[in-house]
Amino acid sequence: MTGRRPGGRFFDMLDFSKNFFELFGLPVGFIVDAEALGERYRELQRVIHPDRYANASEQERRLSLQGAARINEAFETLKDPIARAAYLLGLHGIEIDPQQETTQDMEFLMQQMELRDELAAVRQQADPYAAVLDLDARVKQQIKTLVAQMAMQFESASPEQLEAAREILRKMRFLDKLRMETAAVAAELEDELS
Amino acid sequence: MALMQIAEPGQAQAPHTHKLAAGIDLGTTNSLVATVRSGRAATLADAQGRHLLPSVVRYLSDRIEVGHAAREAATQDPLNTIASAKRLIGRGVEEIKTLGDRLPYHFVSREGASPRIHTQGGDVTPVEVSAEILKVLARRAEETLGGPLSGVVITVPAYFDDAQRQATKDAARLAGLHVLRLLNEPTAAAVAYGLDQQAEGIHAIYDLGGGTFDISILRLHKGVFEVMATGGDSALGGDDFDRAVAQWIMQQAGIEMDADHAQLRRLMHDACAAKEALSSAESTRLEVELADGGHWQGTLSRRQFDELVEPLIKKTLMVCRRALRDAGVEREQVEEVVMVGGSTRVPRVRELVGELFGSEPLVDIDPDRVVAVGAAIQADILVGNKPDEEMLLLDVIPLSLGIETMGGLSEKLIPRNTTIPVARAQEFTTFKDGQTAMAIHVVQGERELVSDCRSLARFELRGIPPMVAGAARIRVTFAVDADGLLSVSALEESSGVQASIEVKPSYGLNDQEIEQMLRDSLSHAEEDKQARSLREQQVEAERVIEALEAALAADGERLLSAAERQPIDQALSQLKAVARGEDPAAIKAAVEALEQSCGFYVERRMNQGIQAAMSGHNVEDFE
Repeated sequence: MTGRRPGGRFFDMLDFSKNFFELFGLPVGFIVDAEALGERYRELQRVIHPDRYANASEQERRLSLQGAARINEAFETLKDPIARAAYLLGLHGIEIDPQQETTQDMEFLMQQMELRDELAAVRQQADPYAAVLDLDARVKQQIKTLVAQMAMQFESASPEQLEAAREILRKMRFLDKLRMETAAVAAELEDELS
Repeated sequence: MALMQIAEPGQAQAPHTHKLAAGIDLGTTNSLVATVRSGRAATLADAQGRHLLPSVVRYLSDRIEVGHAAREAATQDPLNTIASAKRLIGRGVEEIKTLGDRLPYHFVSREGASPRIHTQGGDVTPVEVSAEILKVLARRAEETLGGPLSGVVITVPAYFDDAQRQATKDAARLAGLHVLRLLNEPTAAAVAYGLDQQAEGIHAIYDLGGGTFDISILRLHKGVFEVMATGGDSALGGDDFDRAVAQWIMQQAGIEMDADHAQLRRLMHDACAAKEALSSAESTRLEVELADGGHWQGTLSRRQFDELVEPLIKKTLMVCRRALRDAGVEREQVEEVVMVGGSTRVPRVRELVGELFGSEPLVDIDPDRVVAVGAAIQADILVGNKPDEEMLLLDVIPLSLGIETMGGLSEKLIPRNTTIPVARAQEFTTFKDGQTAMAIHVVQGERELVSDCRSLARFELRGIPPMVAGAARIRVTFAVDADGLLSVSALEESSGVQASIEVKPSYGLNDQEIEQMLRDSLSHAEEDKQARSLREQQVEAERVIEALEAALAADGERLLSAAERQPIDQALSQLKAVARGEDPAAIKAAVEALEQSCGFYVERRMNQGIQAAMSGHNVEDFE
């Protein structure tokens, strides 16, 4: 079990004012121990999940449903580096509307266009499936690099670093969209092969 | 009649009376019921020792036959004998027409989108047909266990959508059953298999039944079953294998495609027999009666059969690959693949699935019974017989939920394979001055266009305070519960007004229709609506009183001050007094008043319990 809590204060899972990190008893930060997160998640669900209240009163079932849904939301958010980064920025008062904001980094955008062109042309390759898997791996690697960069920004979380984090998040989202499109093409090609 | 309580070794005596519960596998072709007795889960047999109950219901003018007798009559009496109702449940008339199979029933349409089948015994819906099957199984369980069931777990294909799930719950309601949980079939199988084998790691459950296919990728870790992804086809199963063979026979025998219902039924029956024979033989002889009285004889080899069904099996493999991708799991990471459902007995299925996963599929668990057994294990836990149980099932929603937006597009709100329960909120606003209502159309499916998805329901929000266009901020929360069912609530944020929501399901029965069915069904013929309503309210009042008194006994002194306790005690005695009376509305009001008064106490207890469980202390330690 982890998470030291101030003595005498009950951990209030049904208190919606707690943030996701507090809910899991984890320190607020970009680096998250994946194993600890998973363990905590299972522990929490073991006590609050509707299965524990299947034969209980209407009220308890409602609270359980709300609590479990919230734990699931928190887990999904903290598990994924992109969602986690967006959430952390939110905690620092910076909300990003994915529709409005996009990066202005020209070099990055040029590179993205090249990758997209590559994706569009993948079926003309000698071995399209191998080509798309290779592209997929490279996109994932780029995301990994950005994740590492992101970790550094939240260390002191000064205004400059938060701005930098914001920019990294914009790029991550861009790349993530590409990753999904690449995965979709890979899926199509895999099905065609079989 | 109270059952003698036998404590399990290592477990403390439960403070409550042991409750009776059962797990029901409501299958396309066969159904089963199982229960846990003396710590062991097992399926129950009828008087003739048969565990499987054919999912066939025959409606005659004077009686209803369910099971083996009905199935025997199917070929002579196709119009009155309903089989595979599971293929129809939760679907609309138009959809059934496009399902591709020529169903031998006489469909009639009345108001509403629910298809009804005309029989000698009346016009029946698939929901009513399923209810008859559930009644037989529940009765079997109650006779065996010697008492009434407190609740049941009913399994559904993981790929069932909201309408199909709701329809299954409606069937249970008609059968007079309290549903503890709708459990996904692959998850149920995983429970039966996983607990049996104590197998940690990632597993795949390949479930090919009579009419549905599911694939689930799950992780089992320290008693927690986490579904990573699920996929399927709720219109693909062993029946389709039969159809492929039947069509082959028709070609070979020169039978016209528009042969009569009785002949079609016989052909399907012969095709099924051939399929089953070919599971162990290399070839099988066929003899078919022709319309003109003549006979056709032929031979179907295993190889020919494999060719006929290969496209269907390949479809399932494609779904498997997608599920693996959705789960983010490579085939090599899957410990093993478990075969569930009668149709997995087909050798070619095992071969191809084994090839895909790179390992010999597990077939030693009885594929017919494993789902019911898993459901029984879960039912026993959910009804409260195992308060110290650590097992937990974390399931997912199988299809993305979307909202219809401008241009007939579906905006995905909750993606498929999201762990349930889940709640997502979306902000809406009004587009006309003074607008007080709005309608939201929710669909299920992965496609971009609403027309390519499955319409779930239209939610009509009313009671929005009139404002200037665009000023209202309506926060609509979409919640999917542990049964996979959607509910919607809406709040206008600037005024704090809760909008009232009217649900117009696109398929399925509305409350009036169910009410009518309850009235019409035999078991309720004697009671009138008022009497039933009174009984329901009294049962509910009893549950609430029992639960609250147990809670107060456990921690009322410790958690409540005298001032806090007083209004609760008052509401409690008020309810007790009213519950002795004859007025259901008054009882309902008293129950609500009591819940209002002790709402904060319920929350306090839950928080306490959570805190205590997580710190590994007993609640008493916090004195």
